[in-house]
Amino acid sequence: MEILAYLIPISLFLGGVGLAAFVYTVRSNQYDDPDGNSQRILNTEYDDKPKS
Amino acid sequence: MTEALRPQVAACPACVAAPSAEAIAASAAPKEARLALSVPAVHCAACISTVEKALAAVPGVHSARVNLTLKRALVEADPEVDATPLITALEGVGYEAHELDAGALSATETDKAGRELLMRLAVAGFASMNVMLLSVSVWSGAEDATRDLFHWISAAIALPTIVFSGQPFFRNAFAALRARRLNMDVPIVLAIVLAVATSLWETSLSGEHAYFDAALTLVFFLLAGRYLDHRTRAVARSAAEELAALEVPRAALLRDGQEHQVAVSEVQVGDLVLVRPGGRMPVDGEIAQGTSEIDRSLLTGETLPVFATAGQTVSTGEVNLTGPLTLRATAVGKDTSLHQMAELVAIAESGRSRYTSLADSAAKLYAPGVHILSALSFLGWLIYSGDMRTSLNIAAAVLIITCPCALGLAVPAVTTAASGRLFRKGMLIKDSTALERLAQVDMVVFDKTGTLTAGTPELTNLGDHDATALQVALGLAEGSAHPLSQSLSAAARAAGVEPAALTDLREVPGYGAEARWGNKQVRLGRGAWVGAPNGTISNAMTVAWLAIEGQAPVPFTFTDRLRAGAAEAVRDLQAAGKEVLLMSGDTSGAVEALADRLGIQHWMAESLPADKAARIDHMTQQGKKVLMVGDGLNDTAALSAAHVSISPASALDAARVASDIVLLGGDLTPIADALDTAQSATKRIRENFQIATLYNVIAVPIAVIGLATPLVAALAMSTSSITVSLNALRLR
Repeated sequence: MEILAYLIPISLFLGGVGLAAFVYTVRSNQYDDPDGNSQRILNTEYDDKPKS
Repeated sequence: MTEALRPQVAACPACVAAPSAEAIAASAAPKEARLALSVPAVHCAACISTVEKALAAVPGVHSARVNLTLKRALVEADPEVDATPLITALEGVGYEAHELDAGALSATETDKAGRELLMRLAVAGFASMNVMLLSVSVWSGAEDATRDLFHWISAAIALPTIVFSGQPFFRNAFAALRARRLNMDVPIVLAIVLAVATSLWETSLSGEHAYFDAALTLVFFLLAGRYLDHRTRAVARSAAEELAALEVPRAALLRDGQEHQVAVSEVQVGDLVLVRPGGRMPVDGEIAQGTSEIDRSLLTGETLPVFATAGQTVSTGEVNLTGPLTLRATAVGKDTSLHQMAELVAIAESGRSRYTSLADSAAKLYAPGVHILSALSFLGWLIYSGDMRTSLNIAAAVLIITCPCALGLAVPAVTTAASGRLFRKGMLIKDSTALERLAQVDMVVFDKTGTLTAGTPELTNLGDHDATALQVALGLAEGSAHPLSQSLSAAARAAGVEPAALTDLREVPGYGAEARWGNKQVRLGRGAWVGAPNGTISNAMTVAWLAIEGQAPVPFTFTDRLRAGAAEAVRDLQAAGKEVLLMSGDTSGAVEALADRLGIQHWMAESLPADKAARIDHMTQQGKKVLMVGDGLNDTAALSAAHVSISPASALDAARVASDIVLLGGDLTPIADALDTAQSATKRIRENFQIATLYNVIAVPIAVIGLATPLVAALAMSTSSITVSLNALRLR
């Protein structure tokens, strides 16, 4: 059961990383246009080369 | 409109009065222009790329990005670029575009309250899932030291989370308690605080049960409900602000013969303001120069344009139709008749009885009931067992298990589903209680001009005229911007008529258009000017006379064009058993004609704004619940006085603000549909309350007996929340 002393902090840390990533996405306005983001991937304009 | 004032810190008063050199330099430095356009027609990936490419091709534009959710395009360009070339470019590729006032929009771009809720929801979700992880281990049989360790770790996660994520509830509950009232948040806060306190105490005494996961899951579900509620209203709020931003308030000030575009707020009494044909009067004034015809329908509801010449007074909001006018401003800003009418509305609104929503009614029953139950079980167990610890545990368990989360989700889940459905049909709900009020409606009142009618005239007697007359009329009509001429030319073109060859075509503002056809003089316009006999056509019709020299003048009659779906809407409403009333400020003849066309039995003509509001008050006193559909300023007092109100998107800003629901498209058919959806939504809300009550009826005895372990509490909470959400999706 001593392994729990490692496992619990690791689990919390990984969960924390997920939370931090979510907070970052909210702050950088990535949820402002859900419909547009879902439609933009269908655009074939940048299939051959990346956007400069 | 007005720039935000920079906070002034200076050593002397003179420096405060005159802006510092830095401020001048900052304002003179060319900043990038940030423009926002409303593009209602975008709906797919191809639209996004077409619009962005078209905008990027306009010289001076640095970047353009389309927001598909809000149907806007945000453009960054050189400072001298304004919206006009952008709108032209978009119309060139087939997309309707309107300029939005970027200043009015900035408030909606970062939705602070929604973001705060989302952060708290995320933290509560993270914490509740990690604590649940540990709790499941305990429930699966962790013993003694392991169990204590898990409980202490749960406590370490739960305490900061409750402090952070529980803030919306704490704030609401304290506000209610300070006002000596009980709302839904008071028992929630009590449950959370008591649960955490007893769990901490239990953990320190190495007890078996700890309710940290229950408290956190409770917070998570409730925040989810709050966020859903907020999103529903955020869409409506941002759209309402966007509609307000569509009216960019500017006026053309004439100073020393030079025209300056200024904000309306900068116009002073005595200034000369130029109003072009098609423009709206920005201020009250007296006409100093020019003749034209004015559309007063927003204020009086009259369909016929009114002749205007030098010396006549005009009010804010009236539309100038044919000739340019120069006004001398007599009342600006708060003193205009428009603003005074808005004050009438404000008075009506403050007198409007506050509607108690279903959620509030439920809270009134729920909050005291739960507290009493919990207190009784505490006392009962204290007397029965004499053990403070057990009694407190049971009291906390009762509070938690009465499932405030199902009640917290009951209304937002249904309103989100219903608002989404109505948004797809083209209606925007601005008020969360609007659906409940809509379900109670038994009487529908319609305004005429701009609501049932599109506000544009339609030619009725095209077939009465011979080919030559039509050709000459078309030739004359195409040279004029008058709404009757526009309608005539549209109808004639649609019938395949070609315009006659005319020379010396000129428009005489206020009277009509005249020209020479071969060697004859031809005129199209007012009866008196053209030489038509009086009293031959009833006053119900709007008439334009065509006179060819040497022949008797012939009349062209017009009626107001109906909005799409007006007849269907009235028919559906009457079929659903609602009474329909038509109220208008227009003449009896016109109103009666329209009522006959649509099949409305009851109508009221020549109503002043105060008359409309009074009639609605009278009907409310009789016990009827009135739905008012209106658009003009003469409807705003009535819109505020009614039980629930709808206005079309083309309505005046004040009318849109006063109404609860906004019709996005030009079609009126969604109205009958909306009444159905509202009734269905109210049924679902009641069902959700019944489900929540059922859970309580089962769960409370279990808690009082003492069998409510954290596992039971978690199960009850999850199943009730899920059931309530699924039931909300049953909205058909």
